Amino acid sequence: MATSNTFKIVIVGHVDHGKSTIIGRLLADTGSLPEGKLEAVKANCERNSKPFEYAFLLDALKDEQAQGITIDMARCFFKSDKRDYILIDAPGHIEFLKNMVTGAARAEAALLVIDAKEGVQENSRRHGYLLSMLGIKQVAVVINKMDLVDYSESVFNQIVSEYSAFLKELDVEPTSFIPISAFMGENIVKPSNAMSWFKGQNILSTLDGFTAEEKAAEQPFRMFLQDVYKFTADGDDRRISAGRVESGQLSNGQEVIFLPSKKKTNVLRFEGFNEDSYETVKPGKSTGFQMSEQIYVKRGELVCRTDQVLPQVSRRFRANIFWMGREPFVPNKDYIIKIGTEKVTGRLARVNLVINAGEDLSKVEKAQIERHEVAECIIETRKPIAFDLNTDIEATSRFVIVDDYDISGGGIIRESMETDSSAYVEESIQRELRFERSQISNLIRRERYRQKPALVLFCGAKGADHKNLAKALEESLFNSGHLVYFIGMGNVKYSVDRDISMLDDQSNEHIRRFSEVAYLMMDAGLIVAGSMQTPTDDQIRLIESLISPHEVLFVRVDQKPNSVPQYEMMLDSEVEIKTNLVRVRNRLNELKITTDINE
Amino acid sequence: MNKELYPHLDELENQSMYIIREAYNQFKNLAMLWSIGKDSTVLLWLTRKAFFGHVPIPLVHIDTSYKIPEMIEYRNKFALEWKLTMIYGQNQQALKDKQTFPDGAIDRIACCKALKTDALRNTLSGSWDRFRLNHDTGTYDVDSNREPFTGVIVGARADEEGSRSKERYFSPRDKNSDWNIGDQPPELWNQYKTEFAPGTHVRVHPLLDWTELNIWEYIHREQIPIVSLYFNQGDGKRYRSLGCYPCTSPVESDATSVEEIVEELRSGKFSNIAERSGREQDKEDGGGLETLRREGYM
Repeated sequence: MATSNTFKIVIVGHVDHGKSTIIGRLLADTGSLPEGKLEAVKANCERNSKPFEYAFLLDALKDEQAQGITIDMARCFFKSDKRDYILIDAPGHIEFLKNMVTGAARAEAALLVIDAKEGVQENSRRHGYLLSMLGIKQVAVVINKMDLVDYSESVFNQIVSEYSAFLKELDVEPTSFIPISAFMGENIVKPSNAMSWFKGQNILSTLDGFTAEEKAAEQPFRMFLQDVYKFTADGDDRRISAGRVESGQLSNGQEVIFLPSKKKTNVLRFEGFNEDSYETVKPGKSTGFQMSEQIYVKRGELVCRTDQVLPQVSRRFRANIFWMGREPFVPNKDYIIKIGTEKVTGRLARVNLVINAGEDLSKVEKAQIERHEVAECIIETRKPIAFDLNTDIEATSRFVIVDDYDISGGGIIRESMETDSSAYVEESIQRELRFERSQISNLIRRERYRQKPALVLFCGAKGADHKNLAKALEESLFNSGHLVYFIGMGNVKYSVDRDISMLDDQSNEHIRRFSEVAYLMMDAGLIVAGSMQTPTDDQIRLIESLISPHEVLFVRVDQKPNSVPQYEMMLDSEVEIKTNLVRVRNRLNELKITTDINE
Repeated sequence: MNKELYPHLDELENQSMYIIREAYNQFKNLAMLWSIGKDSTVLLWLTRKAFFGHVPIPLVHIDTSYKIPEMIEYRNKFALEWKLTMIYGQNQQALKDKQTFPDGAIDRIACCKALKTDALRNTLSGSWDRFRLNHDTGTYDVDSNREPFTGVIVGARADEEGSRSKERYFSPRDKNSDWNIGDQPPELWNQYKTEFAPGTHVRVHPLLDWTELNIWEYIHREQIPIVSLYFNQGDGKRYRSLGCYPCTSPVESDATSVEEIVEELRSGKFSNIAERSGREQDKEDGGGLETLRREGYM
């Protein structure tokens, strides 16, 4: 009873190289057109005294006929004896590159069309390059319009050798080269008489030979958290973490870690509606599970198994990107970077080189990336994100760049770059994986103490009021029944830092130890009122990395301070301590770190 | 429930669920159009799948008042049973003034525009009254919420007709609900247009890759209750596509069950005949649907 999977292929190539004619032929010669369609289009041509072309079959849209070129990708359905196909027609005109990318990104295999008479053109190369970046491995190169070169084997061989050399540079190996004439119907669905010298497969048998995309079931488990649901209707008290599996497998009871927050839990049970219960999920599955421990995780985190290789966590990476935006991709401007369900602010840190994808792949040095260019660059995000390298897991290495509401670029991550805080990110992940914990979980502590552990870190210039504010917060929280402890940088310096007293007061190692001491207290359920001299931006990220999965609030104390994005709050040191304290307490309530007992 | 029956539907189901969840997360004022037909009913079912039995998205039905009565009965029955936030909108002015095709005042295309396109646009924007099902009384009250919907989930399929094959999963519409086909944002790697300028809205199409056959296979596999008009009631006729009764005719068919419909579409008499052949408005203008879709018709 079951029919086979529908197989998605995209057809790409330079404008006017004959894609629409090939599709028209495939639809007609496989008998996939609706009844009477072919006759109707032929009759229409006759009425208007113009010669019938197979390409007309596709021209479903009025404005497309007027322009005579495919402006958007269109989907057609056709069948072979083996299976059903969706054929995505991608436009060849450079103006519509983003439509070509949209079409190609949905496909499992591609037909790349080259005109035998015109030979390899700019977009033959550019499309070849993009297919490789989009991750399409199965590519058949179709040399069309062989009738215009008298079905010449040597013309065919020359294009094959030229284009093969180009693809080799991209590490793409085409499945096959097929000489055809779509106009005459040669080598479309049956072997060609006009080209008896060609011993390979025709288009249809080549398509039938493509294999369905291999799902990455053997790779480490990855799933971007899409949402956490708690629908209370009808007394439903399930709290479900939902997402779609990108790679690997996950089973009931296994331990998972959410990155970058590093929170851990076990899978309690997979959930579903109107389906049999299941124990394991595999790639492609839109699923959801309940956790054995209630932890607070956010959309965009990457769910991984603790017993497998973990992804990269970084805020700086090297990537190959292609740019489709009207405005160029420039440094020193904020963009939205979307990877999986994660959305962060990011910037172009550096353009390594722009690749001349339409020609010989030569490399040019440039400061920004223009529309339709392909480049290698370094991107920095404001917060650390979890991802894999393209050579490890493709699905979790792909990201897009949003500029002014629209997706304007796409890229694949090639390398995770070192930042000042990289080593600390790694340290904290290892800590979370290895830390031994008792049956008393964070949640149990949180419920008992009626507070959420957090570090409230008051920062100011030497001699500013930050230390007094931290102490005042400790006292205020203590008096309202909270578990809280004041800790200043000095306290750490004269205790666990004794062996490094020779280092500069503001060195990273002092900060690291301060953070780890605070972490332990928070792990014990405490709120920590901390104080230190204003750290650098890199040190702020270092502290964040080490404190996470717990929370840290940076509070800047200064004379008439201006807002700085890293700081949760800015306090004016010339205002009375009492007034500042009320603001901090209110903020802690808003963030649900405390619930005011007096309320 | 027999999952082995149609294993190829898994991928379509997973993709659609992912898109519905993305829309739910990314749009604050989201609605789903429910025409009561098979496609949008499958869409509603997929929503229950995506949210583990719940439907946290309001459903909007554009009631032309010329819908076949069984459709409204069916709508109200399942809206109550599945506890849906059910809203309908209507062009009450045109109906009052008898400015419709069945009244003989205007042609079919103009009627579609008035009763469907205009009603839809004004219901979504909140400029006309919305009627919301009161689950206590079973009747509809004027909804006090008039906030415009910025995301609208629709059950369009690419294989229906030419213009629909050009839609994105997330297709932006501008302030006038216009659809700029030549300049749509790219979609790749499951990344969609979820950022948009004030005043614009986005149509979301989770069923884009489904075919008519897939829809029926899925109804069969999931045992989705479907309005009886799709089946032959003994007179050798059934509806293949549902609309207003003055403009939709049944087709000749003996199919009395979902299984028989699947067979009819796969290898039987309808395997090569377009689905909307019973819809009269498609025939009036060569690019009729294209024109209507630009203006917001689904």
